[in-house]
Formats: sequence, structure tokens, C-alpha cells
Amino acid sequence: MKNIWILTKKELTTFFDSFTAYILMLIFLGFSGFFTWLYGNGDVFFTNQASIRPFFGICYWTLFFFIPAITMRMFAEEKKTGTLEFLLSKPITNRELVLGKFLACILLVAITLLFSLPYYFAVSWLGPVDHGSVICGYIGLMLLASAYTGIGLFCSSVTNNQIVAFLLALVIGIFFHLLFGLLANSVSGIIAQLFYSLDVFRHFDSVSRGVLDTKDIIYFISVTLLGLFGCEYILAKRNVND
Amino acid sequence: MDIRVENLCKNYGLQKAVDNVSFSVKNGEILGFLGPNGAGKTTTMKIITCFMAPSSGEVSIGDYSIYRNPKEIKRHIGYLPEHNPLYHEMPVIEYLGFAAALQGVPPSNIASRVREMVRLTGLDKEKHKIIGELSKGYRQRVGLAQALIHDPEILILDEPTTGLDPNQIVEIRELIRHIGAQKTVLLSTHILPEVEQTCDRIIIINDGRIVANGSPEELRRQSSGKEVSRVTIEDASQQAIFEALQAIHSIGLIEPIRDQNKFIIESKLGESSRRAIFDMCKKNDWVLTEMSPIEKDLEDVFRNVTIQ
Repeated sequence: MKNIWILTKKELTTFFDSFTAYILMLIFLGFSGFFTWLYGNGDVFFTNQASIRPFFGICYWTLFFFIPAITMRMFAEEKKTGTLEFLLSKPITNRELVLGKFLACILLVAITLLFSLPYYFAVSWLGPVDHGSVICGYIGLMLLASAYTGIGLFCSSVTNNQIVAFLLALVIGIFFHLLFGLLANSVSGIIAQLFYSLDVFRHFDSVSRGVLDTKDIIYFISVTLLGLFGCEYILAKRNVND
Repeated sequence: MDIRVENLCKNYGLQKAVDNVSFSVKNGEILGFLGPNGAGKTTTMKIITCFMAPSSGEVSIGDYSIYRNPKEIKRHIGYLPEHNPLYHEMPVIEYLGFAAALQGVPPSNIASRVREMVRLTGLDKEKHKIIGELSKGYRQRVGLAQALIHDPEILILDEPTTGLDPNQIVEIRELIRHIGAQKTVLLSTHILPEVEQTCDRIIIINDGRIVANGSPEELRRQSSGKEVSRVTIEDASQQAIFEALQAIHSIGLIEPIRDQNKFIIESKLGESSRRAIFDMCKKNDWVLTEMSPIEKDLEDVFRNVTIQ
């Protein structure tokens, strides 16, 4: 547990020391803010309700790109520069390393989302807001973030090239994000059901509407764990050519 | 703590990187691991430090095994990997603090340990810089400081002096000697004078196999076998000296050097002819102005055992 925190702290320090964090946060908040407040049909004023649901809908897409950008360097860079050997010859387990990096990514997303709280305050100043649904919306975003962080870390662990890691995370991510949903509509029967249950949007939508179903939570946690176990497995396999 | 390596094998696909290697390093010993590039030195070290799993064989450190107690082993080892990987964007102090925390140094001791390592490795002037700004020599010191941060009983250094200038090499060597007095050290290199000056014992490895094992003196003796000396005798013609030398039965081979009265003399195996040469000079009233032993240096030993 202590080791995980040491690793997380180091990752976060690196993030904030190297400006990557600031640039990524700026882009994320810029895009999300623009589409939430300014961009024609679909923004907060257009819906004519005191609700920030448009923001969650937009984050659904911005997080999709934001998270692979955070996770891509996590293992790929360590492998490229050889620092992975430095880390893994220290008395820490593969799992602690994976969890340390995961926690760092999640915390960075959480910090970024904290900066979107003024949206919430602004809307609640404009009219009565359903506080419960806002809380659920944020929970939904964090669950989404954790699933994509799992996928992103896995992609980062299979290559030593950050760009490859980024693109691979998007390729795998787009299946969950969009394609499973589309495929579910074009087939029928049990396969359709399968695709339907794999579709992220359905789970995210129900959480962000304020319905906290254990099925959805289990779904997000499963995707996260799958990614993290995959990552751990790849690290444990390192004794093959590298 | 001592290191014991038994029948270690490591295959990369069909290629045998390490082939049935066994050796041990005793407490307080500095062992030099010598071999051409690609001989299996780095692989062996990676296995000992639990970064890589072997295909077969066992490595134990004290009572710990790499299979059952990797965490304990890692805690007792200080490791400087090949190419010295560092986080270039981190400041020196922060990096050393991170390494210390990972090695389980209690938080209250980290600052003092870091300070001590900075002093020991001579990083005082550079300690606030970012690692990426340091010169190669200083980076190497940071790597060494990182390996020593938790005061490990065993030190494993993979080519600690590559890329350094001669002054830095001497400094790093001295540092290793100094530290090695109380610790078990395994260091790899392909620079021969390095092992002669720093190591108590040498293992030469080639194509994944151990081809020689012993102290520098032992290895030299093993490979030369015969006594070879260079002799200069004055006050006589070369011809006369040559004939007199031929009369000495312990001499196997005489090789005159051009027209001077200089000879390279090789004795027969297991015999010494130096005394006889001196007696001969005394008897004939010649002056012996030079008699120096020619020792095969490690370079020859190395070439003999690695080129076949």
C-alpha cells in the first residue's frame, strides 16, 4: 500500500512538473467548456433547463481522447528509457506498480474534473438544479475514466512507443465507446444482447441520468480490472526478449 | 551475504544467452564479470536482481531464493543497470528520495541518506539540477548513488564506467573499491585494466559459458605457464652469449633481438632459468644489465579464452 502511494506521488509530481498535466487539462476544460456553454444546439442554454447534463454528454467524448493521452506514456516511456528495469529491480511487485500508475491517472482526472465544478455552481445560480443527478453524473464520469484508464494502461504496457499506445487505446476504446452499440443494432439475438451489454454508452447514460445500478458499476469495474490484469500479465511476461 | 548461482540457463528463443553458469561470490569480495559484448553478463545480472526469470537453475542470496523471496532479495541488492536508466526530467535530490522510498528506507531517514549519498558520490554542486542537464559522468554518479541509497549488502554494477573520461573512471573505481571493502560486489565490464585494479576475482564468460575463473594472478599464471624473461648482457659478442645460453639446459627457447645483446628467453615448462643465467654471467665476467620477467597480461588471457 505504501509503495503504491510512493509511485502515485512520483507520477503526479512528474505530471505537474513537466507541464503535460497543465496542457492536457487546459485542452480538456477548453473543449468541454466550449461545447457546454457556447456551441449552438446542445449547450446548456439551448436545453433551457438548470442542468449540466450537456456537460456530461460532452465529457463522454472528451474523456475518450483525454485519458489515452495521459496513459500513453505510463509504461511505454519506462520501457523505452529502461527505467522499467530500475523500478522492477526495487522491492515492489508488478501489481503495486500497475496500481500506483492507475491511481495517479485517476487522481489527475479527478483533479481536472474538480475544475469543472464552477459550471455546476454557475448553473445552480441560474436555476434549481437536481443535485443528486449532478453527483451521479460525476460518478459516471469517474467510472468511465477508470475503465478507459485500464484500457489505456494495458495499451501502454504492450509497446515502447507512446504514439502506438495512444492509437491502440483509441482503437480498443472505440469498440466500447461506439462500435458495440452500433453492432448491437445491426445484428439480432444473443449476439446483439452481448454487444448491447458491452456498450459503454448505455451504462454511462443510465448512471449519469441518476440511476446507480450495481450492474453498471460492475461493468465499469470489470473493464478496469481486465485492463489492469492484462497490464500486470504483460509486465510479468517481461522475461522474454526485450 | 553471499551470492550463489547454480546451473543457471536462460534462452531467448533458440539462442542460449546463459548456458549452465555456476559461480559464487563470497561476502566482502569484489568479483569482476568479464566477457565480450553479448556474452551473457547483463542477462545473468538481470536474473540475479530478479528483473528477469531464468529458464532453469537457481540463484540464492544468503538464504533467499529468487523464486521464493524476490522482494527480500531486491531489498538487499543495490543495482546499477546497464546504460544507467534515469528519469531525465527529475531533479537529482527528488530522484534519490524516490529511489530511497521505493527501497523501503523509513521516511524519517530519507533526507539524511540522500545527503550522505550526495556527499559520497561527489554530487554536491549538481544536486539541485535536473538529471537531464547533467554530464554523463555525473549521471553515472547519480546511478551509483541510487544503487547505494539503502546501504545494500550486495552491489551489482553493470558496466559502471562506460562512457566516462579517464579521470572519472579512476574516481568511480576508487569509489567502488572503497565501498566494496564492506560489501559483496559483482561488477561487469569489458575493460580489462578495470578488473585488474578493482577486483579480487575474475570470471570470464563467453557465449553464455564460464571459460575462466580465478584471481587476476592465477589467470595470468594459468595462461602463460612458462617463465619468459628479457635479458641484456654486455661485454661480449652476441654470438658468444648465444652459445653460452644454449648450454643452459633449463632454457627452452632463445630469441635474440636484432644486433643488440638482448634476448627473449623462454624456460622449459615448470623450470626457472634466471639463476643459471646469472651464474653464467658471473663465471664469464659479463655484465648483466637487464633481466625482466615478461608477464602475459590479462588481455592475452582474455583473448585466449574467448577466441576459439
